[in-house]
Amino acid sequence: MGRTLFEKIWADHVVSETDGATLLYIDRHLVHEVTSPQAFEGLKLAGRPVRRPGATLAVPDHNVPTTDRSRGIEDPVSALQVATLEENAREFSVPYFSMNDIRQGIVHVIAPEQGFTLPGTTIVCGDSHTSTHGAFGALAFGIGTSEVEHVLATQTLLQRKPKTFLIRIDGALPDKTTSKDLILALIGIIGTAGGTGYVLEFAGSTVESLSMESRMTLCNMAIEAGARAGMIAPDEMTFAYIKGRPMAPKGADWEKAVLYWKSLRSDRDAKYDRILDFRAETLLPQITWGTNPGMVLDVTGRVPDPESTPDPIARDNIKNALAYMGLEPGTPITSIPVDRIFIGSCTNGRIEDLRLAASVVRGKKVAPGVKAMVVPGSGLVRMKAEEEGLDDIFRDAGFEWREPGCSMCLGMNPDQLAPGERCASTSNRNFEGRQGKNGRTHLVSPSMAAAAAIAGRFVDIRTWS
Amino acid sequence: MEPFVTLEALAVSLDRANVDTDAIIPKQFLKTIKRTGLGVSLFYDWRYASDGKTPNPEFILNQDRYKGARILVARQNFGSGSSREHAPWALLDYGFRAILAPSFADIFYNNCFKNGILPVVLGDAQIDRLFTEIPKTPGYRLNIDLPEQSIRLPDNTRWSFDIDPFRKKCLVEGLDDIGLTLAYSSDIASYENRLRREAPWLFSTNA
Repeated sequence: MGRTLFEKIWADHVVSETDGATLLYIDRHLVHEVTSPQAFEGLKLAGRPVRRPGATLAVPDHNVPTTDRSRGIEDPVSALQVATLEENAREFSVPYFSMNDIRQGIVHVIAPEQGFTLPGTTIVCGDSHTSTHGAFGALAFGIGTSEVEHVLATQTLLQRKPKTFLIRIDGALPDKTTSKDLILALIGIIGTAGGTGYVLEFAGSTVESLSMESRMTLCNMAIEAGARAGMIAPDEMTFAYIKGRPMAPKGADWEKAVLYWKSLRSDRDAKYDRILDFRAETLLPQITWGTNPGMVLDVTGRVPDPESTPDPIARDNIKNALAYMGLEPGTPITSIPVDRIFIGSCTNGRIEDLRLAASVVRGKKVAPGVKAMVVPGSGLVRMKAEEEGLDDIFRDAGFEWREPGCSMCLGMNPDQLAPGERCASTSNRNFEGRQGKNGRTHLVSPSMAAAAAIAGRFVDIRTWS
Repeated sequence: MEPFVTLEALAVSLDRANVDTDAIIPKQFLKTIKRTGLGVSLFYDWRYASDGKTPNPEFILNQDRYKGARILVARQNFGSGSSREHAPWALLDYGFRAILAPSFADIFYNNCFKNGILPVVLGDAQIDRLFTEIPKTPGYRLNIDLPEQSIRLPDNTRWSFDIDPFRKKCLVEGLDDIGLTLAYSSDIASYENRLRREAPWLFSTNA
């Protein structure tokens, strides 16, 4: 019987079947400052080394300031966490990009950028958005700190085989819609727990036509549908993206790798546990209205009415979300004014996202009273954007142009919403308090966020000018 | 890890679906480099008034009758969102050793087992019964027996539950995963030797 992309990669990484779990080999391990200190401490207490420092890459991203870094990190607790990562990387000989290295950035942006992310590999990180790397045809998923320690010590994980879920997307994406709209619409259909226990595979003509960056956006939010991993079969576009990157294979290794990578496609007769077909032609720009990514609307939609929902738990969910978001049932989503704009994150902080947002704001001004900022996903994204003059476009429009990091996606650094502030955000989570206590987050694409900055409220990017 | 065998304890019910890890432990508490001390910040934004100190009397954990609860009854998709193990650390540090819900998010579910917390998946009708009875019955205690895979209610109703045998064994014996895996060191070494031959590009990051 044919095998899926996932099954091929899984089979190639089985070290051993233990009593009740599979010991799976891990090819690539990304480490950041928030979920690793307790793991390194565990290694020290047990006197264990890092098994393969060269298969590991460490970078601070969650706590770093996005303003002037010349004086270091002001918050002593954040500073200690970043210093601890640096010390651990040194002590265990793990490759490390410091906060002031041009290669620093969000862990899920820098690994593909450096060629550390490769097709056919298993990739883990103590961060749920590790699913991003599945865009390269890798099996990539987030893990907790105990598992971070397990990978550091053994280069393996004890895993149970997940089920497979094919999401087949066909048809051309309508003008002004992006892979962000696509994934938000899919989460709206599947629900935030619909993918629990599955690995998603995105396939179909729409997916094949997406750029690598758009594919990363798609896979990045697989976790918001409850799936630990999302994947896309690698193709010529994947190989072209990787070729020549600093950590990518070279010479004879490259030829050998590509030969293997070309075998990483689901067989025609492969079986999935679940299949969903989606037509892209009718997709509209998406905006979340509530407090999880499944609470999402077409741009033409209205905020839902809890009283029209028969299920009492669902009704309470809507009521709680409306109260937190400060919204009335029936409000057209495009009439909602915004206070803040955040363009960045591992979902939409890459060069393509910044180009798209810049094309919307070029020659315009941010609406009075709105605070808008752009946080590039990495130092190299920032440099590239500056080479292209995007920073000037943003600054001229009234945006702040920041240093790279996770920033206001989760607000561990000083970039946070004030209570009650409403934000159009290109990030991935609109949970209560996510961007700051009592802050209100609406998830959108980079162009929708950019347009909201200019208009001072949400707009339908298809008809707005 | 502290083994989990049996637990006889007070239960508290948190009536909200999709409780995410940002709600369990907000980001400002993730800056710690320790595993302990997070219990005081569990459910921080719901538990305290806007000054961050005064307990919110509306929040269920602040009600006297639930003081000392060690079993949390929750709604579907509990623990969704981030991979932060700070969420189970905070629950454990507060005193919870078992969570009963109709469903859990994957990463959170997995993280519980690494910390001696038993997450139990129950049917919707069972969970609904607990949500009805707990608020009506002060001192509502449950008796969980992991080797037997059973939960006993105050009226002696017994429910059985499913659990992966390997995870059960690790919890009951308090086993350290890394120690178990290191017993397979020679398998890992031979896998790596084969990988070096067959996929040499995986060993040349030049990092």
